[in-house]
Amino acid sequence: MNAIIITAVWGIVMMFGGVFFKEKSTPKYWAIAGLILAIIANGCELVLQHAFFKIDIKDMLTFNSFNLTFITVVLLCTLLLFLLNGRDIEKVGNNVSEYFALIFFVLCGVSIAATFNTLLTLFLGIEILSIPLYILTASDKRNLKSNEAGLKYFLMGAFSTGILLMGITFLYGGNAAALSFYISNLNIGVGKMPVMIAIGLVFVLIAMSFKVSAAPFHFWAPDVYDGAPTVFTSFMATIVKAAGFIAFIRLFANSFGNIKGQWQVLIAIIAAATLLTGNITAVFQQSVKRMLAYSSIAQAGFMLLSIFALNEFAKEGIILYTAAYSLASIGIFAILIKMTDYTIDGFNGLAKQQPILAITGTVFLLSLTGIPLTAGFQAKLYMLIAAVKDGHQNWLVIVAVLCAAISAYYYFKIIQAIYFKENNSIVNTDWDITPAFKILLIITALLIIIIGIFPTVITNWLHY
Amino acid sequence: MDPQNISITFPHVLIFFPLLAGGITFLLKRHIAVKNWALFSSIITLVISLVSLYYANNTTLNGLDFNYEWIKYIGASFSVSLDGVGRLLTFLTAVSFPIIITATYKNEYKNSNIFYGLLLLTQAGLMGVFLATDALVFYFFWELALIPVYFLCSRWGGEKRIAATFKFFIYTFTGSLLMLIGIIYMYLHTAPVHDKAGTLISEHSFSIYYFYAVQLSAEQQNWLFWLFFIAFAIKMPVFPFHTWQPDTYEQSPTAVTMVLSGVMVKMGLLGVIRWLLPMFPQAVVKFDTVVIALSVIGIVYASLLAIRQDDLKRLVAYSSIAHIGLMCAAIFTTKQIGLEGVMIQMFNHGINIMGLWIVIELIEKQLGVRKISALAGVAHKAPVLTIMLVVIAFANIALPLTNAFVGEFMMFSGLFQFNIWFAAAALVSIILAAVYTLNMIQKVFYGKANPLTVSIKEISLNEKIALGIIVVAIFLTGIYPQPLFDLTKDSVTELITKFK
Repeated sequence: MNAIIITAVWGIVMMFGGVFFKEKSTPKYWAIAGLILAIIANGCELVLQHAFFKIDIKDMLTFNSFNLTFITVVLLCTLLLFLLNGRDIEKVGNNVSEYFALIFFVLCGVSIAATFNTLLTLFLGIEILSIPLYILTASDKRNLKSNEAGLKYFLMGAFSTGILLMGITFLYGGNAAALSFYISNLNIGVGKMPVMIAIGLVFVLIAMSFKVSAAPFHFWAPDVYDGAPTVFTSFMATIVKAAGFIAFIRLFANSFGNIKGQWQVLIAIIAAATLLTGNITAVFQQSVKRMLAYSSIAQAGFMLLSIFALNEFAKEGIILYTAAYSLASIGIFAILIKMTDYTIDGFNGLAKQQPILAITGTVFLLSLTGIPLTAGFQAKLYMLIAAVKDGHQNWLVIVAVLCAAISAYYYFKIIQAIYFKENNSIVNTDWDITPAFKILLIITALLIIIIGIFPTVITNWLHY
Repeated sequence: MDPQNISITFPHVLIFFPLLAGGITFLLKRHIAVKNWALFSSIITLVISLVSLYYANNTTLNGLDFNYEWIKYIGASFSVSLDGVGRLLTFLTAVSFPIIITATYKNEYKNSNIFYGLLLLTQAGLMGVFLATDALVFYFFWELALIPVYFLCSRWGGEKRIAATFKFFIYTFTGSLLMLIGIIYMYLHTAPVHDKAGTLISEHSFSIYYFYAVQLSAEQQNWLFWLFFIAFAIKMPVFPFHTWQPDTYEQSPTAVTMVLSGVMVKMGLLGVIRWLLPMFPQAVVKFDTVVIALSVIGIVYASLLAIRQDDLKRLVAYSSIAHIGLMCAAIFTTKQIGLEGVMIQMFNHGINIMGLWIVIELIEKQLGVRKISALAGVAHKAPVLTIMLVVIAFANIALPLTNAFVGEFMMFSGLFQFNIWFAAAALVSIILAAVYTLNMIQKVFYGKANPLTVSIKEISLNEKIALGIIVVAIFLTGIYPQPLFDLTKDSVTELITKFK
């Protein structure tokens, strides 16, 4: 509860603060302060089980260690993003304060989507996190690509919202015995599924697949990620996507867990399609930004394994995956923002010019590939254990690891450019890089390695 | 001090000392300091390894196992053990790095601190693979040994290094991911772990002893066998998974080629001996003919290709495929004598092939070519080098009195017991080995010196030391191999009981 209220209030503070802030850099510090406040408050709720705000919400939201750990991870990753790329957010346009305000609203939506207990709060959470994103995507308003991306995202998003609502309606109506929005009441027993529920389930599945950019509902993602200002791409591709997964897994685990056998094949097919399209298309990209967009689809495919399996390993794994993938992606996007040339050749010879960026970037890419000693490996390991443990559709596991091997191909192309290729074009001399930025990158890389060796630093919280 | 009370355990020191040494190497600045430190620390590792072998032979002493609770919830622990299977290989790893560093001491590498740092990290990774008795730890090190090698080859290798190394990387990465599925599947079938009081610690365990205890149906074994075997087969490499190998050996800097061919290929063999055989005995018996057939095809095929090679490095690369193929075939005979032969041959092959690489490196460094057709009469100017090479070459074709003879003899005996026709086909490779090795010696070292080879100089001190050690080792273990058998015999006997 703490996180939801503080992020919402702070979003409003940031919005109106824009009128009073004189310096362009002031909003950043306010935003960081607010975020730290939210992290502490959320931490209190996780560790001490103490909510500052006692509001009777009729059990429409639930707060347990799983949800709260996820929110903590998300807030910490956002903090990292602010610290790394605060200056780049300022460069997007003139309304700096509003950008931060919108991010806070997104975080509020994320927190609701992670804790919902009824279909209504699920819908609210998803919408609260989506609408500010449409604006953020189009925030570079003099750039045609950004505008196109924003419009595309909005239209597709609105469409999927419609489908989600339709699905919710079917679920509500189909469940004639209870007529309730509570997901626990929806819990359908084993046996024959009513047609209305089946239709509702498929609709909800489609809408959620859209939100997490799972194939074949992923077409918006590359264009939107490519068109949006890179800082916001970083935010969308990591934190927001993870939130979509948490909502997805909680809804399916609580409402449709008992009838897993009936929809599991659908998820398996979606996961395999996502893995294949994401990875294979990423191989052919020349622009690193676009490649990362496809790679984020590919990673979503891996995360779908958790929804496929829905067991203990899946739940721990999705949190671990969120942390591993967000840290690595935020890191690599932060480096990308500093590059003048977004093509793979733009990375040529980076090791000579910026050794710190090169070595940390390599750690991020190794983590995304899933090499041991990095967080990415532990995350993939948990996902694979979850999927193998489930025992149905073992072909999916083979597809997943073969796709992981494909992903090594395009991630290592960047590593090759960084270390083994010479820079032939003009050497970039005005790097906008502060020592603090480098130190943060090193800390991020170290965090990835620590989680890679001791995943318990995160998973322990789930047993709290 | 009573040695029984020494609290030190060797396996993790063998892993962490090179790791630490490698870390320190990165920080050093001066070129000469880097080299000396790398050499010094690798010698320390060798000393540690020797002491640990003394301990291993002295059965009253403890200190060969190390166990640390790592990820409790999922039952993974950092457990390493210096058992009979790993002993000789850790010793090989420990002994090869000082030789490699000595032999290439005169080489100037750009950013030498990173070069030697990565080299020592590779050593740590290899040690980990040879010592791990926990599947997750094994997988960790399996991949970690690969990453430094990837960077070493791509950065300091030959002209086509990036493409060649990438092929190598993708090949082995794919293989190891398949193995990961196998590991996970095994893991999920292990029994729950309880502590002494009887409370549940974790549902499953990654420990090798739990893996051994898993009861699997024949069908499960068949699937798992291939998941593991492909990973090992790529690493060894066994025909038809060998295509990465000649390119990578050719393009890597020679120091790394020595690591790859001398030590790293043994990862695959060790994987088969320690993991595959005890876990899936039924599947091994079922597929032994298939694997041995592949190996024998590989032996003959690689030997024939070796005859046709003009590039010295590729010649040795193909000859190595043939030798490894024989070891793989001998393992799958699951006969005591064959397996014992493999055990000492893994060590001896590492020593011999390093010697060959050192000689090739010397020639290439001085003359800038390694084409057999361009070389002739090297013996006139470099007699010591030639004598050394001839000894190593004889070991390569397993002449009596050299180290390889005993091992190959035993492996062929095992193969004969298994199937006489396979043995006969594999025996052809001995003749072929003589053909390509002697042909190479004849063309490169004897005959009239041509204008290019007139300029070759005799080898320098560091190279003499490195080759001298190798030649001494060849004769020593060739005449008196008993100590090597003693180190491995118990483990082999234990392993073989599964197949009786």
